[in-house]
Amino acid sequence: MNQPLVEIRTSPHIHSSPTVAQIMRNVTYALMPLVAFAVFQFGISALALIVTVVTATLLTESLFAKLSGRENTIFDSSAAITGLLLALTLPPGFPLWMGAVAGFIAIALGKTLFGGIGFNLFNPALIGRAFVQAAFPVAITTWSPAFAPGRFVEFIPSTLTMPLMRPADLTPWIEKINASAGNAVDAFSGATPLAAWKFDGIATDSMDLLTGMVTGSSGETSALLILLCGGYLVLRKMMNWRIPATVLAGAFITALLLFLFDSEAYPDPLFVLFSGGLMLGAIFMASDMVGSPVTPLGVLIYGLLIGFFTVIIRTFGGLPEGVMYAILLGNALTPLIESVTQPRVYGDKQKKGNSA
Amino acid sequence: MSSRPRIKETPVTMDTFLKGIWEENPVFVMLLGMCPVLAVTNSTINALAMGIATTFVLLGSSALVSLLRRGIPKQVRIATYIIIIATFVTIVDYLIQAISLELYNALGAFIQLIVVNCMILGRAESYASRNNVTKSVVSALGMGAGFTIALLCLGTVREILGAGTLLGFPLFGADFEPWVVMILPPGGFFVLGSWLLIFALLKQRKTKMEELTRAH
Repeated sequence: MNQPLVEIRTSPHIHSSPTVAQIMRNVTYALMPLVAFAVFQFGISALALIVTVVTATLLTESLFAKLSGRENTIFDSSAAITGLLLALTLPPGFPLWMGAVAGFIAIALGKTLFGGIGFNLFNPALIGRAFVQAAFPVAITTWSPAFAPGRFVEFIPSTLTMPLMRPADLTPWIEKINASAGNAVDAFSGATPLAAWKFDGIATDSMDLLTGMVTGSSGETSALLILLCGGYLVLRKMMNWRIPATVLAGAFITALLLFLFDSEAYPDPLFVLFSGGLMLGAIFMASDMVGSPVTPLGVLIYGLLIGFFTVIIRTFGGLPEGVMYAILLGNALTPLIESVTQPRVYGDKQKKGNSA
Repeated sequence: MSSRPRIKETPVTMDTFLKGIWEENPVFVMLLGMCPVLAVTNSTINALAMGIATTFVLLGSSALVSLLRRGIPKQVRIATYIIIIATFVTIVDYLIQAISLELYNALGAFIQLIVVNCMILGRAESYASRNNVTKSVVSALGMGAGFTIALLCLGTVREILGAGTLLGFPLFGADFEPWVVMILPPGGFFVLGSWLLIFALLKQRKTKMEELTRAH
């Protein structure tokens, strides 16, 4: 009846089409090649782990939606992505029950308690991983060899650990597959390239790191594949490419400085870029839209800081890997970074001495 | 000196005692005395011992403060309360040392730190100094029980997950994988947060139910 001729409202007036659900669906597609490669590389153990963690995150999301009386958000696939990313950062032989705990914590503590999607301060997948890292420090650093024979017919012994029980020691199992394949000692080894470098000073070939012919967490082994999957999202304009680019640049610059300072003691910058979880973290986790800054200068600072902290933690910390803590630190600094890099509002007074 | 306003005395009821356990629970409702709650609840025994020790100090100091409430000059009351509390803490300190040296070492500095537990000073200032001895003692018992129950809630969960035992008895056999983080300080925050969440949920449910019954 009384409709005004011109509807007056505040900006933005034009919306781009992709919705949260659409973006999340595309991220899921982008993660699928990584899942496939993880299963190809580590066999049914990796598949079981991924399925368990994703189920745990989806169930937790539903449970908390029911408890809080809000709309159930499992269909925007954001919980599934949290589960997928979390599973890809865990060692392939990680006990399934611990995976379920990680999935529960990721959604419960990392997401719903902050108010659900869009309100989480930290990347939920990394909250889940940080919790199990603190709770089960041994299990999360027990790696199993890649491309073990028979990986499609039998589970890694630690996978099917009963809930609350300690996972089996993998050393006898690794010796057994070495013996049955008639290999020399250590042909199949559980040592990741990062651990090999940190504790034994052995560098892994960059080509192997690029193609993923190494061991490590389920989905972090092939740097090239992760780059391709990230490229897909960038092409579809569903990811801010500046974040991964600045994270990698930050890590590269820091590693290069260290390498130039003493090339004996510090690894070569390319090794730093392609090893461990840096690629996966930079492309799929640091770029999480909720926990990263929106101002252009803020993105630059955020990315460089994460790259810098990753290398510093890897080089001088007690653990071989530091991407997780670096990204969580970056998330924590995001509100601060945003508040100091606010752009000048158009039409506002210029600062003194600022000609721009 | 005794210009303190006389508060009308109400009789002691069951509520005086129960308030400390549920409605005004020092940990879950008032969030007082968080230091021992987070620090010494890594096992059930430690939690129980700390709860009993705190209850004893609370009881003693509440009774004495209440007895002396007309004699304590208003200007120096806080210092006086602290001296009274410190006296009882010293007694507890030596008592625990005499009963079990092992427990004494496990609780460490946190026994002496009962002095600065703000719940005890808070009760002395806001309750014992304004009420008669009987009411103060009953209320202190309730508050102490509420505090002990809260510590046990945390201690039990943390011991079961963090060590696989309850009161030192193994629950899951030798192959149990301890959740290391539960014994460490972050575990205290996680478990406290979870309990607060559960109580908030229960409270919400209760008010909702009450509103519904009132509407009908």
